[in-house]
Amino acid sequence: MASIDELKRISSQVRRDIIRMVSGAKSGHPGGSMSSADFLVALYFNVMDHDPASWTRDSRGQDAFILSAGHLSPLYYSVLARCGYFPVSELGTFRKIGTRLQGHPSVDRNLPGVVQTSGSLGQGLSAAVGVAIGKKMDNDPHLVYVLVGDGECEEGQIWEAAMFAAHHRVDNLIAVTDWNRQQIDGNVDDVAGVGDLRPKWEAFGWIVLECDGHDFSSILKACSDAKAACGQGRPVMILMKTVMGEGVDFMAGTNEWHGKAPNPEQCAVALSQLEETLGDY
Amino acid sequence: MKKYINTGNKDTRSGFGAGLHEAGKADPRIMALSADLASSVKMDAFFKEFPDRFIQCGIAEANMIGVAAGLAISGKIPFAGSFAEFVTGRVYDQIRQEVAYGQVNVKIAASHSGLTLGEDGATHQTMEDIALMRALPGMVVINPCDYNQTKAATLAAAKYVGPVYLRFGRPAMPNFTPVDQEFIIGKAVMMTEGTDVTIFATGHLVWEALQAAGQLEAEGIFAEVIDIATIKPLDAGAVVASVRKTGAAVCAEEHNAVGGLGEAIAYALSGGCPVPLEFVNGGDRFGQSGTPAELLKAYGLDAEHIAAAARRAIARKRI
Repeated sequence: MASIDELKRISSQVRRDIIRMVSGAKSGHPGGSMSSADFLVALYFNVMDHDPASWTRDSRGQDAFILSAGHLSPLYYSVLARCGYFPVSELGTFRKIGTRLQGHPSVDRNLPGVVQTSGSLGQGLSAAVGVAIGKKMDNDPHLVYVLVGDGECEEGQIWEAAMFAAHHRVDNLIAVTDWNRQQIDGNVDDVAGVGDLRPKWEAFGWIVLECDGHDFSSILKACSDAKAACGQGRPVMILMKTVMGEGVDFMAGTNEWHGKAPNPEQCAVALSQLEETLGDY
Repeated sequence: MKKYINTGNKDTRSGFGAGLHEAGKADPRIMALSADLASSVKMDAFFKEFPDRFIQCGIAEANMIGVAAGLAISGKIPFAGSFAEFVTGRVYDQIRQEVAYGQVNVKIAASHSGLTLGEDGATHQTMEDIALMRALPGMVVINPCDYNQTKAATLAAAKYVGPVYLRFGRPAMPNFTPVDQEFIIGKAVMMTEGTDVTIFATGHLVWEALQAAGQLEAEGIFAEVIDIATIKPLDAGAVVASVRKTGAAVCAEEHNAVGGLGEAIAYALSGGCPVPLEFVNGGDRFGQSGTPAELLKAYGLDAEHIAAAARRAIARKRI
């Protein structure tokens, strides 16, 4: 289990990986990848009970994670590789012909660590609920985690899943919202205002926690509280306040870098702001 | 020609219900998911015996498909059921992303398919579902012809590993295939052999095709009727072999022209053995309210229309 200092170092490297992958592919989604980076690093290196060596798609005997916001694939792949699910060198193949690291996560190429295909927004929460029910039926006490975007909550299916999970008392599920308030077309509040997510999720019957998505002690406390809240008949949502593009000054806080790759000059500037801690791929 | 006896009208959805119940007894991984139509889709017997393996999803089909995918990832074998329109058109992307591209062992149980849904009208009468499901890579598409075959197909779908679209209907229709005849996915079923024309039929129109063959026999025309219960993968070998013998064919389906059985057969024959081919289908139309029998007649899908199409196909081969 990594310490906060170690998490910070991993996170810096993961952000470098994201910038280099997206720049190398000349496409991809750095903004949300950067805003969720600290959380996903904390999840895989501290919070989740998982073992890359024995992992199978059904995640039997382990915690499971589903990335509902599939466009955060550079982040997802970097974290999986840095955990040892597949060689770090493979990150250089991101979005290139023949790769297992498809633009959005897929299961058809057997990339270790990926539980479900995602990318068409609003669907991963439902799949996570299904996996969670499967774990309960099999008396597997492990938890299911799922990451959604705040813009993604404009999809109606998110709220179908929200009602369903509460009705069926799916209390081995911890969902996390990357509440960076940005989406492709602009500020979430301007595009299609999801409003205040806390009373919404509470009204749908969920236990709602909040954290600062760029403060590891806040993330770890929320995850610890979320685990403690499991098993009480209600699903758990962590609303994580984040900044899109966090970690690189010219990317931070704007929708401009939601789905755009930095050019070589921009890439060099970005990398100069992110310490290489574990060695680039 | 081989005669088939209607042992009593029964709905194919009840065949599904019986098959689901039996599959559930044999395999504890089998589950049933409903979007507020459990009784209509005939999941009652399964629910009564296995309430812990039944999940009521409410009127939220998109979530139902995602939950089914998650359960399949966990090793379950979920049958997600509703009316055909609501488990295809309404959730096409969910099936594409979560089930087909997600490569999970989910069965889509589609009741009330086609025109013979009847009085509910066009909002509920999908005649595009076969096209949608055929288009998905790796999706098996099964459209059985009567109660007995639907029960057998359900048992086969439960054993098959991979996504299956299982299409059946609402009204009580003739039940005429043998009880407990094993259903082999991907195999065409020879109903009656003939020499002059092949009638490829699927679903409720297999019985109509057999009636048409009887009418033609009285005129001295010997039609071969083949039940294409599995539309994908198509038994192209059986399709080509039959028309090599008969030299003309008819495709009959309770579905529109675009993307259905007819186009699948035409694709197979264009490469394998081009012959005069006539189509009996809904064309490019929506349905409307009416009784099943009225609608089959009004849309040109009954035995008389199939026989007329066979005569046209035969006439063309003499040109």
